[in-house]
Amino acid sequence: MSRQANRGTESKKMSSELFTLTYGALVTQLCKDYENDEDVNKQLDKMGYNIGVRLIEDFLARSNVGRCHDFRETADVIAKVAFKMYLGITPSITNWSPAGDEFSLILENNPLVDFVELPDNHSSLIYSNLLCGVLRGALEMIRKLRHTADT
Amino acid sequence: MADAALFEFLHTEMVAELWAHDPDPSPGGQKMSLSVLEGMGFRVGQALGERLPRETLAFREELDILKFLCKDLWVAVFQKQMDSLRTNHQGTYVLQDNSFPLLVRMASGQQYLEEAPKFLAFTCGLLRGALSTLGIKSLVTASVAALPACKFQVVIQKS
Repeated sequence: MSRQANRGTESKKMSSELFTLTYGALVTQLCKDYENDEDVNKQLDKMGYNIGVRLIEDFLARSNVGRCHDFRETADVIAKVAFKMYLGITPSITNWSPAGDEFSLILENNPLVDFVELPDNHSSLIYSNLLCGVLRGALEMIRKLRHTADT
Repeated sequence: MADAALFEFLHTEMVAELWAHDPDPSPGGQKMSLSVLEGMGFRVGQALGERLPRETLAFREELDILKFLCKDLWVAVFQKQMDSLRTNHQGTYVLQDNSFPLLVRMASGQQYLEEAPKFLAFTCGLLRGALSTLGIKSLVTASVAALPACKFQVVIQKS
């Protein structure tokens, strides 16, 4: 009986670390392939973008959120629904611009960086840059979907 | 805790990226990208293996380890168990997945057969890496006759 219980916990542990470990392997490989941090950052952003444009469909199918009426609502959905669903964390929303068209998401516990240490020679590397690309791709796709729906 | 879908999305993008970056269509170029993916899978497999508590690692036999991969590791990574495990009891194992999640979205049947190896390389490395942490040196290859079913062949290397 207890052997079964142990098995379940191990699977869960491995499952939650799979993405983090795979992401780490990817960044390591990109650092080998590209000569400088800037190029790695760009590549992570591009890959994230490609993921984002597909992820948004998965998100819409699974989350059942309705249309956001304004950008503040969008920020809430991103932080409280999307991040929670995919990464199990809820970043805080801060730093709103006066025009209300810009905000910051602060990740206190970023699962991507578990067990990660950056060596000194990669000070310009934006390790989690994939996330920026994902957000960019997903939001751009939403804009396109809305436009198609409206016309 | 990262959602399972994220790994699939990331894996698909990695396959696309590693191919685009090295667009050498000659067999040599292809092999390099496959081995890069396999190498990444190997490191991840090793790391996954390292996180297991000591008690789990007290396997009695080689076959127990393979069964562990087919059940626990596969469930952790793909949310399902391997469909069958066969062995010749002389160090060769064939693991069959009739509905391999990384192939399921692609197609079924003979379409995209040529593309399939790219989607299996990382997982071959994952198996090899996990085995390595569990004290076993191996060679892992994969074959696809008809999507989304595939077979992973594990050949234990005696040192």
